[in-house]
Amino acid sequence: MTRAHSLTAVTAALRNTWRGLTSMRTALVLLFLLALGALPGALLPQYSLNPQRVRTYQAQHPTLAPILDRLGFFEVFASPWFAAIYLLLFVSLVGCVVPRSVEYARQLRRTPVATPRNLDRLPHHARARCDAATEQVLTATRRALRGWRIAERAEPDGARTLSAERGYLREAGNLVFHIALLGLLVSFAIGKLVGYEGQVIVLANGSQFCNSGPLAYDSFRPGQDVDGTALTPFCVRVEKFTPTYLSTGQAKQFRATIAYQGPNDLSSGTWHPYQLEVNNPLRIGGTRMYLIGHGYAPRFTVTFPDGQQRSGVVQWRPVDNATLLSEGTTKFDPPGMTDAALRRTRQLAITGLFAPTAVFRGSLLSSAFPDLLDPAVAIEVFQGDLGNSSGRSQSIFSIDQSMVDSGRLKEVARQDLRPGEQLTLPDRTVVRFDGVTRFVSLQVSYDPAQHWALGFAVLVLGGLGLSLAVKRRRLWVRVTPAGPAGTVVELGGLARTEAAGYGEEFDRIAAELLPPEQAGEGEEGRVSDADQPGAGVL
Amino acid sequence: MPINPVLASYSDLAYGTALVLYLFAMVLHAGEYAAGRVPVTAAGGRITAQGTGSVATLPPPTNVTEGGVTDGAPSRSKAERIGRSAVALTGLAVLVHASSLALRGAAIGRVPWANMYEFTSAVCFVAVAGWLVVLYRQRNAPEGSASPAGPAPLRRLGVFVLLPIVVLMFLGGTVLYAQATPLIPALSSYWITIHVSAAATATGILLVSGVASVLYLLGTGGSTRIAARLPASTSLDRLAYRTAVLALPIWTFAIITGAIWAEAAWGRYWGWDPKETCALVAWVVYAGYLHARATAGWRGPRAAWINVGGFGMMLFNLFFVNIVVAGLHSYAGI
Ligand code: HEM
Repeated sequence: MTRAHSLTAVTAALRNTWRGLTSMRTALVLLFLLALGALPGALLPQYSLNPQRVRTYQAQHPTLAPILDRLGFFEVFASPWFAAIYLLLFVSLVGCVVPRSVEYARQLRRTPVATPRNLDRLPHHARARCDAATEQVLTATRRALRGWRIAERAEPDGARTLSAERGYLREAGNLVFHIALLGLLVSFAIGKLVGYEGQVIVLANGSQFCNSGPLAYDSFRPGQDVDGTALTPFCVRVEKFTPTYLSTGQAKQFRATIAYQGPNDLSSGTWHPYQLEVNNPLRIGGTRMYLIGHGYAPRFTVTFPDGQQRSGVVQWRPVDNATLLSEGTTKFDPPGMTDAALRRTRQLAITGLFAPTAVFRGSLLSSAFPDLLDPAVAIEVFQGDLGNSSGRSQSIFSIDQSMVDSGRLKEVARQDLRPGEQLTLPDRTVVRFDGVTRFVSLQVSYDPAQHWALGFAVLVLGGLGLSLAVKRRRLWVRVTPAGPAGTVVELGGLARTEAAGYGEEFDRIAAELLPPEQAGEGEEGRVSDADQPGAGVL
Repeated sequence: MPINPVLASYSDLAYGTALVLYLFAMVLHAGEYAAGRVPVTAAGGRITAQGTGSVATLPPPTNVTEGGVTDGAPSRSKAERIGRSAVALTGLAVLVHASSLALRGAAIGRVPWANMYEFTSAVCFVAVAGWLVVLYRQRNAPEGSASPAGPAPLRRLGVFVLLPIVVLMFLGGTVLYAQATPLIPALSSYWITIHVSAAATATGILLVSGVASVLYLLGTGGSTRIAARLPASTSLDRLAYRTAVLALPIWTFAIITGAIWAEAAWGRYWGWDPKETCALVAWVVYAGYLHARATAGWRGPRAAWINVGGFGMMLFNLFFVNIVVAGLHSYAGI
């Protein structure tokens, strides 16, 4: 094989691949692959949505889970194979849309095709004798076909024909639909690239949060192009959180009373009041802030044996969303201790349950209602080494169990407390439960491409509507002189796309043009839709 | 907005009444179906060519008189009479059903489709109302476009349309039933009216479409005994297609408005939440259905299978995703 040969072989192969890829059938198969590929993303827990549930699932399925994990089934929408499917679909879409747009532009300039010889072979057909002269019939036809694109021709035997075509908007709609779909995909990708999402918990007691950088957040998910140095600067201060509940415990309204400073207010120090609610985010430029959760932070004051006091307010996490029974840990370092080794024997952790409306089942604390009606805590106090200098990351909601197991952290007391009550540890340290502060959990989102996505989505819908509602159809009329003053008028019709519904329109036009009393020779003269027994349904 | 328990209980009563009426109408339709036997010889003309890529051509269905009454007597056959009363009963049921929805809406002061019970009820209502529109339009179809025998009577499908309705409404009234309550904060938004109404409308219409495709598959599946009693398969195919074409833009609208709402409620317009994902998958399947109808070799049974799969996806999304899979939509509750 010569080099030239192999080159043509390669180009031929490439051309065939391209053709195959851009064919309708391939697009169909890719569409189904996309649907199929998305399904595990909906059915299996996903890291991006809820990493906790992924770990639970992995613990429950020790053999299957590692395989699924390797295949990316817990991160479907970030997996290479899912990307491969939609990139192929993307290419297929481009390959399909570009030539069709060119072809459409060409068609727009073309006149309707010449009248076929045998109109009676068409799916829609009608024929009748008219008393009117040729010119008259043609004028009437032109009037009846207003809005159609028309070309008139004369035939050698003296007959005059009129070709009409309508419904060009169908292709336009269809092209808009497909192109907008591409636009939507690109907008989505751009949003993922340059956008970010961060979550932070703020106490609803006048505490502040400033969007100064990723470190200000409890969790921060940047797009690939976000380094966190250029976040829109703004600050919020959460004054108050007010939930409203029905007597059944069902929530009715959540409202956070906040004040904020936009980028231009930071120097002047102006604060603007705002009511942050679910479904009503704060929008500052393109950055939005949402109220996505709330809960309680019990407040403890510890009086150490030397008389020094320390207070701690840390959010505890709801374990039951219906009653807001919460669990958590509030940790203290003994004050004024410079010796690290000694300090590590005197650290303190208050851990346990908090109930906004306490009920005791036996000695077990639970909550009867999500609102703050009758709060109580059931706590265990640990003393010793919290292990937070071990370099391992610590949960803010719990103590390090390995420290307890190794005996370096010991339980020294447990008790149920109401606000104002206190307990005394063996070393005379006093732990008081002062009360409780509400916290809100806020999300900040930034996606500069979302308006583009919306625009393209509207175009997708509009294009889809047009391409499904408009029918591309053709109609031909042949007027043949017959006798001294009469003519024979023959109509033929063909729907170029889905034929549904064209029969009725054709019949209407035929009825307008052909005289009823001479409606053709016999039954079949006017029946146009014999091949469609269901025509007229709908 | 306080709940009005009296109106809510009337709504429940109307719901139960509508369900019973649907059941009766279904039984009547079953009687019509059984009585409307068609000689098997006529079946040959009823199954049309498909998948040839051209418009199917066939002789108009042989003029078969319903119920075997062949003496040309003007009196309506028994099957015809049963069928008509079944439709009348369905009409009555749909009115009662509408009043159930209206009363519930009045009781809670908002659109009555915010949980699975309410949503299922709305879907069934749209499906039956849509079905009656189909029947009405067939009856009023211009004479000229019908074959001499009159269009094949779609009415005879009534039993198959009402069957899923009765099952869904029964499930809705028992397993899924939820007391009338005010909305939780996450749902307090005018978007619920827009987004969920669109979703319910599209789902209801697609139910009719799905039934038509199932029957189409039964009719072309080789059993002439079944086929003989069904309307011509072209009618079924056409019904399935035209309802799907109507529903797909509405479904698209439901997804887009859902995304707009999600931007305001959840902080992002698209986040691969299970319900979002399944809605998209169903959308893709229906897009595939329409593409298949335009692709040589995919028309006919293959396309019909896709349509059935699409509706399966809708049901899956409604029941499995709401009940089994935990997602942001889960608050919708049972
Ligand atoms: C991209 C975003 C969204 C998509 C694609 C979407 C999709 C859907 C779909 C397909 C349904 C039809 C019912 C079903 O099959 O179960 C539905 C119903 C519903 N959606 Fe959405 N949705 C979105 C966002 C939202 C948001 C943000 C909310 C409210 C905060 C919401 C609330 C509801 C409710 C209340 C129902 C009806 C009740 C039910 O299904 O039980 N949706 N949604």
